[in-house]
Amino acid sequence: MNDSKSKSEYILEVRGIKKSFGGLRALKSVDLGLKYNEVLAIVGDNGAGKSTLVKAFSGAVIPDEGKIYIDGEEVKIKNPQDAIKLGIQMSYQDLALVDCLNISTNLFMGREICYKFLGMNFLRLKKMSLEAKGHLESLGIRTIGNINEKVRNLSGGQRQVIAISRSVFWGNKIIILDEPTGALGVRESKKVLDLIKTLKSKNISVIIISHNLNHVFSIADRIVVLRHGEKVGEKEIKDTDGDEVVKMITGAEFAGKELK
Amino acid sequence: MLEKINERKFNFSSLRRSNILTPSIALIFLVVLLSFLSPHFLTVSNMLNVLRQVSIIAIVSVGMTYAILTGGIDLSVGSVVALSGVITTMLLKNYSVNMYLSILAGLTVGILCGVAVGSMISSKIKMPPFIAGLAMMAVVRGIALIITNGRPIYNLPEQFGFIGGGFLYRIPFPVIIMIVIYIIAFINLRFTKMGVSFYAIGGNEEAARVAGINIRRSTVFAYTISGLTAAVAGIVLASRVMVGQPIAGYFYELDAIAASVIGGARMGGGEANIWGTLIGALIMGILKNGLNLLNVSTYYQQVAIGIVIAGTISFNLLRKS
Repeated sequence: MNDSKSKSEYILEVRGIKKSFGGLRALKSVDLGLKYNEVLAIVGDNGAGKSTLVKAFSGAVIPDEGKIYIDGEEVKIKNPQDAIKLGIQMSYQDLALVDCLNISTNLFMGREICYKFLGMNFLRLKKMSLEAKGHLESLGIRTIGNINEKVRNLSGGQRQVIAISRSVFWGNKIIILDEPTGALGVRESKKVLDLIKTLKSKNISVIIISHNLNHVFSIADRIVVLRHGEKVGEKEIKDTDGDEVVKMITGAEFAGKELK
Repeated sequence: MLEKINERKFNFSSLRRSNILTPSIALIFLVVLLSFLSPHFLTVSNMLNVLRQVSIIAIVSVGMTYAILTGGIDLSVGSVVALSGVITTMLLKNYSVNMYLSILAGLTVGILCGVAVGSMISSKIKMPPFIAGLAMMAVVRGIALIITNGRPIYNLPEQFGFIGGGFLYRIPFPVIIMIVIYIIAFINLRFTKMGVSFYAIGGNEEAARVAGINIRRSTVFAYTISGLTAAVAGIVLASRVMVGQPIAGYFYELDAIAASVIGGARMGGGEANIWGTLIGALIMGILKNGLNLLNVSTYYQQVAIGIVIAGTISFNLLRKS
């Protein structure tokens, strides 16, 4: 992916993204770049604008102003389908899974393998099951017993793993994960973090939003800090530590700026 | 973790969790009980009679199940039953139109009603399904009354009577129509992309939207199917009584909702089983028939049906909690 064709250092770059919800300025001109094959963490307090920012990449939020570039070329993302076509996949905080459908159907949702018969799209259920199983195995999610199990009957960690696998399944360039370990226990979180490491080894660029700095430091290459809709810090993981990041998140080092 | 998921495709826990277990048991219990109480109940002729009576509500209930599956409800079906019957019989009688064309016109009216309801619900303003159905129910009933001046249409051509009153291999024709519709609905919901989209919209609309499912189109489809099945039921009903009645189908929407919900449909959407709906319709029909055979007055029948609805659903909810 990182070939000579690309004019930019970044696979995904945004400049001057602004978004207001009524009187609330959620994003005040944010610039951000995601390098090829890196895990970029976006951190910040609640309401800092993290989710709004990544939703602008995935087409769920349309920014008021600002430009989005992919491989150095400007793109317009007006809805989730646009983002998907550009290879951006988002796994949502609220888990974009349908409880009453099984694992295989959830993985293929919206892009089912079908054959036409009498003008109707019939599902190739067997083929979908097999491909879903193969895909999960390729991500190190071993020995899925029953790919036809309903998602409702899975644990929180299993659901998260399926949700992320689903993103990977369809977007082969950029995966955005919003709080992937949000509601998970220690063991289940580890599964998800392992999966993110696997993604990196598969040449996928990942943006991860997380409140858990331990998780961020264990997987991310770079970290971007948002506060009150502005970018207040950007560091390589190896050049920073938890204390500094916490200070940036809470604004301890930028007390003067807030008075403006 | 995932390794622990059971290897077997089918197991008892999945049957235990399934929504049609409770209504199935209720139905069997009811049949056994009534067989003991009345010697006339479990006879071939009575069973065929019950099936013929049930078929109309059962057909309406298919569409209602679709609406409920997507997280909505379609209150207009009772009025559509009347309007489609009236349109078909009017064309037959007053304008001497060919029977098949008249039926086609009746079905088209049902489809248009469904498209209208679905469009209101899925439009930008996102009208709540309950309100959209309520409005449509009033408008459609009004149209049925206006075009007939409130008078029933009698003296229909004899051949029209086959749809509701005829037999095919000794099976009442409406029952065959019902079975065909249920099989098509089952295939549609279980094996097609469209079916998945209904479950997805009802189960998690945001997820469906993000997955690129066309919410508006699927919603309109679901209500179109509802309008169409109501129209089929309306034509079958008109044929069976050989009258085009502008006041036909009152409260059918409530029976259809009851059948769907007894059969395991979740009112919030995302969960429904078409065979459960059929069982739900059968439970209500058999109960009415049995109580008739036992000479229970219709006043008491209403109470009994209410108790059965509440009882079956309580059991279903209890079992899942």
